[in-house]
Amino acid sequence: MSLTREDVQKLCVLARLEITPDEMADVLAKLSDIVGLVSQLEAEDTTDVVPMAHPLDQTQKLRSDQITETDEHQLYQKNAPLVEKDLYLVPKVIE
Amino acid sequence: MEKEINKKTLTQLAEGLRQGQFSSEELTQYYLERIDLFNGKINAFITVTREEAIQQARAADKALAAGKSGPLTGVPIAHKDIFCTRGIKTSCGSKMLDNFISPYDATVVKRLKDAGAIMVGKTNMDEFAMGSSNETSFYGPVHNPWDHDRVPGGSSGGSAAAVASKLVSAATGTDTGGSIRQPAAFSGVTGVKPTYGRVSRYGMVAFASSLDQAGTLTQTAEDAALLLESMAGFDRRDSTSLNEPVPAYYDAIHEPWQNLTIGVPDNFFDEGLDPDNAQAVKDALKIFEKLGAKIKDVHLDHLDLSVPVYYVVAPAEASSNLSRFDGVRFGHRSKNVKNLNEFYMQTRGEGFGAEVKRRILTGTYVLSAGYYDAYYLQAQKVRKLISNEFMRIFSEVDLLAGPTTPTPAFKIGQKTDNPVEMYLNDIYTIGAPLAGLPALSVPCGLVQGLPVGLQLIATHLDEARLLKAAHYFQKETDWHLHIPPGYDERER
Repeated sequence: MSLTREDVQKLCVLARLEITPDEMADVLAKLSDIVGLVSQLEAEDTTDVVPMAHPLDQTQKLRSDQITETDEHQLYQKNAPLVEKDLYLVPKVIE
Repeated sequence: MEKEINKKTLTQLAEGLRQGQFSSEELTQYYLERIDLFNGKINAFITVTREEAIQQARAADKALAAGKSGPLTGVPIAHKDIFCTRGIKTSCGSKMLDNFISPYDATVVKRLKDAGAIMVGKTNMDEFAMGSSNETSFYGPVHNPWDHDRVPGGSSGGSAAAVASKLVSAATGTDTGGSIRQPAAFSGVTGVKPTYGRVSRYGMVAFASSLDQAGTLTQTAEDAALLLESMAGFDRRDSTSLNEPVPAYYDAIHEPWQNLTIGVPDNFFDEGLDPDNAQAVKDALKIFEKLGAKIKDVHLDHLDLSVPVYYVVAPAEASSNLSRFDGVRFGHRSKNVKNLNEFYMQTRGEGFGAEVKRRILTGTYVLSAGYYDAYYLQAQKVRKLISNEFMRIFSEVDLLAGPTTPTPAFKIGQKTDNPVEMYLNDIYTIGAPLAGLPALSVPCGLVQGLPVGLQLIATHLDEARLLKAAHYFQKETDWHLHIPPGYDERER
């Protein structure tokens, strides 16, 4: 199965991931090979098989609603590229 | 300082420290010197934490003198750069996190610190653990110490190469589809991937959350038992952590041999397996027969589908996990962008390497509308079939054994143009994580001067039996004692 350039462009938008024009041919060829590999799954009969959710069939644990962490936002924000008045800055969203 | 420290195992070093044969500072200095001497050849470390290590070693010496030592007090180890280390760069092998200083310690890091281990550095790895050769690292490939033109395996390639070349006596790693066992086989060390949920994933940068598991790269199974005992156990900070008691692995592996039935999947020996590699594994099975184990032929009906299942499930989970890298709170951020959408796209386009991009796009594809049922849901169903098959086989056998990899280490660059060929190389290691099973690789021979591995797989939470079998194998063989040419102490 092979993908088209448009398929890859759509995936890039969904994944918020830029692929440069130089990268496109390589991405298209290799992604098509990978889709070919995983398409082998189609032939397997899985009627009545319950999809696996957890290797040991565990379900999500609940914990009591208690505060266990302290506020360390200043420490965490040391890693942020742009911070002002304790807020993370992003490019303008609303014009 | 006595001679040939590099020949000592982690267990022997811990004992030597307790008996006062050498101090932790001397030992730490010794390994830091070896890193200085040899790391330039193999590129196993991304960060060397020299000053912190010496400080910790001095504290360890005080603890030892005061008789307040833990099981690993004063022993230098390294962490794969996927584990968060407070105040120290945690890159995950990516440009995206090249500037990331972790504000906290992963549970694995904290527990090993509490047990007294000294961290000498952070090891190189495939970017976000996505790779089987350590060639996808932003920091360049790691070179196999047995042949510098070859890969050490991946993704825990830096940890495997560092232990193989004795730049450190033990290191942590993570395994999602084989990332501990495959580099262990290629580099000639012992690599253990515990049961899914046995070791906390807290502070371990997430790749595929239903598969990821932390483990060890060491010289011996005995060393692995010692390390795992300190690492394993319930952690309330990891919602998938198993709330099960941790056996005393170190004591368990020294108990008398009990007879085992070892299943050998016949289709592990199909035409894809290098004949010399196959022979080394068959010779290893004879050792188990000599010990009294019964060898039984078994068949894995879905073996060929394990690679396709993995390359749906793992990229799907990765595409979701890696959405957190948005350039806002931490990590790489693109400059000169006009709007938010462009900001995300460029930040991620610049920060991720080619293999990570492929996996994110593959994951996005298999999860997207119209394809979800055909790929992701179907993969989760076939994953269940694979898991059921293992469970059926483990009702008849105690362990499974076979090769870890189809061939010894391949050349750097040999498979980079063909991702599917690279993926198919994972065929023997992918099954265990798909079913959440513990598995390990031990050195079992040299093929044209390159190490090859024997893989053992056990049922859930049966690490003690797995480690004990590997320990008894290592009592009968010396493959784990070989040092790559050029890395012996007298060749300094």
